[in-house]
Amino acid sequence: MNDMTPTAAERAEKLQGMGCKRKRVEDVRFVQGKGSYVDDLKLPGMLYGDFTRSPHAHARIKRIDTSKAQQVPGVLAVLTAADLKPLSLHYMPTLAGDVAAVLAEDKVLYQNQEVAFIVAEDRYAAADAADLVEVEYEALPVLIDPLKAMAPDAPLLREDIKDKTDGAHGKRRHHNHIFTWEMGDKDAVEAAFRKADVTIKELISYQRVHPCPLETCQAVASFDKIKGELTVWGTFQAPHVIRTVASLISKIPEHKIHVIAPDIGGGFGNKVGAYPGYICAIVASIVTGRPVKWVEDRIENLTTTAFARDYHMTTEIACTRDGKVTGLRVHTVADHGAFDACADPSKWPAGFFNIVTGSYDFPVAHVAVDGVYTNKAPGGVAYRCSFRVTEAAYCIERAMDIMAQKLGMDPAEFRMKNLIRREQFPYTSALGWEYDSGDYHAALQKALEATGYKQLRREQKERQDAFRRGETRELMGIGVIFFTEIVGAGPSRNCDILGIAMFDSAEIRIHPTGSAIARLGTKSQGQGHETTYAQIIASEIGIPADAITVEEGNTDTAPYGLGTYGSRSTPVSGAATAMAARKIKAKAQMIAAHLLEVHDDDLEWDVDRFRVKGNPERFKTMTELAWAAYNSPPPGMEPGLEAVSYYDPPNMTYPFGAYVCVVDVDVDTGATKVRRFYALDDCGTRINPMIIEGQIHGGLTEAFAIAMGQEIHYDEDGNVTTGSLMDYFLPTAVETPNWETDWTTTPSPHHPIGAKGVGESPNVGGVPCFANAVIDAFKFLGTTHVAMPHDNWRTWMVADKLGLHG
Amino acid sequence: MAKTQIALTVNGRREEALVEPRTLLVHFLREQLNLTGAHIGCDTSHCGACTVDLDGKSVKSCTVFAVQANGAEIRTIEGMANPDGTLHALQEGFREMHGLQCGFCTPGMIMRAHRLLQENPSPTEEEIRFGIAGNLCRCTGYQNIVKAIQYAAARLAGTPFQEAAE
Repeated sequence: MNDMTPTAAERAEKLQGMGCKRKRVEDVRFVQGKGSYVDDLKLPGMLYGDFTRSPHAHARIKRIDTSKAQQVPGVLAVLTAADLKPLSLHYMPTLAGDVAAVLAEDKVLYQNQEVAFIVAEDRYAAADAADLVEVEYEALPVLIDPLKAMAPDAPLLREDIKDKTDGAHGKRRHHNHIFTWEMGDKDAVEAAFRKADVTIKELISYQRVHPCPLETCQAVASFDKIKGELTVWGTFQAPHVIRTVASLISKIPEHKIHVIAPDIGGGFGNKVGAYPGYICAIVASIVTGRPVKWVEDRIENLTTTAFARDYHMTTEIACTRDGKVTGLRVHTVADHGAFDACADPSKWPAGFFNIVTGSYDFPVAHVAVDGVYTNKAPGGVAYRCSFRVTEAAYCIERAMDIMAQKLGMDPAEFRMKNLIRREQFPYTSALGWEYDSGDYHAALQKALEATGYKQLRREQKERQDAFRRGETRELMGIGVIFFTEIVGAGPSRNCDILGIAMFDSAEIRIHPTGSAIARLGTKSQGQGHETTYAQIIASEIGIPADAITVEEGNTDTAPYGLGTYGSRSTPVSGAATAMAARKIKAKAQMIAAHLLEVHDDDLEWDVDRFRVKGNPERFKTMTELAWAAYNSPPPGMEPGLEAVSYYDPPNMTYPFGAYVCVVDVDVDTGATKVRRFYALDDCGTRINPMIIEGQIHGGLTEAFAIAMGQEIHYDEDGNVTTGSLMDYFLPTAVETPNWETDWTTTPSPHHPIGAKGVGESPNVGGVPCFANAVIDAFKFLGTTHVAMPHDNWRTWMVADKLGLHG
Repeated sequence: MAKTQIALTVNGRREEALVEPRTLLVHFLREQLNLTGAHIGCDTSHCGACTVDLDGKSVKSCTVFAVQANGAEIRTIEGMANPDGTLHALQEGFREMHGLQCGFCTPGMIMRAHRLLQENPSPTEEEIRFGIAGNLCRCTGYQNIVKAIQYAAARLAGTPFQEAAE
């Protein structure tokens, strides 16, 4: 007899499906030190690789002498460009349609560029030998400022492509020009500006930063000469893409390449691309016939693999006198460093920067981005954001504050007046996006009420009066922002990487006893996929989440997927998971109909079972149906119970949120203290509120780091002056504020479970919120804009320039 | 390079080994003893992912030579679970309070928290934040790590854990 005792609610609770704060599956191994990260891997006969790097930012290589390095005991090989060139491996293709040097041939283009690769029996010998490679350089003029890159007399950086006038994204106008990308109606915008009552114009720069995950980039390559097969374990956010790239570069057939991404110690965009270290480890393994491990140190990580931002956005808003925006114009100079290794979908050289109209109803807008080369490390990854969305959000949220200030309006009121209204969704923006859903006014209203915004403004006014009277040396700043993210790349009609559409995938197999394994094309780096994907399946087909294994990162077993970045796992693979589960459920329904001797349509779903309509005592649980699928399938039906889904999203998803930050600023020290930070996020349907909250805490902390201290800074000679954790700001528990989180729920109408993705929202919204708060403290003294990062020194300088130090 | 004999106790087990004088303790633990729980995040003693307990003090094992640990008693994350195999209160607390995401900082963070609670069994939030300031986390924003340590402190003291209202 079937057990009818538990109620539907009790059965649902047991599943630990969507909406519950399920504890993480991953944690059991991580808290015991039993995670399995790349550097934990130890293979018999494994060798270690290390690089000799350039001290110069721009120099011609006159001579490389590896003889002393080769004599170090334990050294097996020293590779230079001369060794890679016969294999055509001294350059590798980038995701952006450019090439990047693997090992420098004739010249170096940025400090710490890879020049020689040492292969040795242990990492100490490799490091010893790296110091003994002798390279004679002839220094060349250095170009660091992207705003000077296209000056007529700017130094020629890329001699390898100097005659190439056609770039991957159209004509190149200058030897340091990569592309120009434009969107919107230029003429209509010009007309709007001619008619405008009020306009603002500001150069809003977003400094170069680095994602800096706690685990650096690393790989182990092992080539089996007998089978002709290559296995690569690595810190890969997108393992399948790495396999395809490795095959294209090495000419090893793709079925003979096995890429495995084990546990990853944070990615934040840093681990999307392919780096010289991976290529050199692969080549070294082929040359030596032994496995080769390459592990970046922190300085190498910060100075060579994948920076983010470095966007310089001249921003103009046109507006009516009563505060209605009528036009937006942004011209951006994008510093891509020495090679265009930006990790964007192929057709989007500036990512989704055209989300720059933000959450506001701009009737017209125009945006142009010029990508340029400089003597800096290549990259341009999305550091905890979808492609260039943080840049766009910072740009518009700063500009909206500047306009509100000029109008003499409260920045929250000005935003309220211009937010896209609920009835306008689905909303087509002036720059071409179709926003799926939102209730922006309700979200902002909730945020203002939760923080007592009006009272905060009164308190600020009192503080300013007290400051003027000389009673306090502390100012108070209030930052308020509203952001719209664009994530879940993306629809095959406009999103691909190397020609591969940006779908994602899930394969689910139900075992005869009713447990299951799910394999996905994405790759968690801390997001908790092993926990949350199982929750989706549990809710869809009534198998307890604890009975579902989730596996990612092995290209031999997982269906092809484009990986985890740009908050795409939930919007794309999460959708694939639900769709695959629904295929299984459909088959299970037919089996249930057969066993219960009724028509399919006479059955209804009830948490974990199909029951006969009007006769709930007659049912078959999913566990029973799984057994039946292998034991007694209906006549003519294939046995087994599994499904795969490749999900091509019909649209992006558009998470949004309203944030409020309160800071106190000591004008004599420049020290800022975040008194309060409130974050309201709407990510659509919420799968695991505990994990969502964790993602928001983490994203806000990274936003705090960027806004208040992070910068990859170069001096005029091209030396990186912030290349270690001594100088590159990672906040500790002491500096990091407490976070207040809140939410509204507006499901995505086109997503199977209505989820929108959340991991990156807090970084997108957080950065402008901190910046707006710090600048807001000085607004009553006339300050309109201050560049990030708002560290104590820069904030002190603001006060000093205002004459506040007497 | 000439090697030096060392003898030390790791997680209650006596170990003898030959090491180069320049071998870092973290490399010795990870590569010779196969205790890979201590991680390397920065090489410059900033991040604390390599934190282990050495003679009753938290040390960053990337900044200690293995020869300096000669004769020492060391505890690593692998030695933290209770003798019956159940999770230590800190390990449990990190899971219960969602005090970890990618897991890379976690072993060092737990080892640091362990020493902190030895020195101060009922720390305030401020004392916890100061006490773990030598350990960086890029994922969690620390708020839930603080809660995890408060949870463990309560468990170890045998008192119920009460989450502070936000």
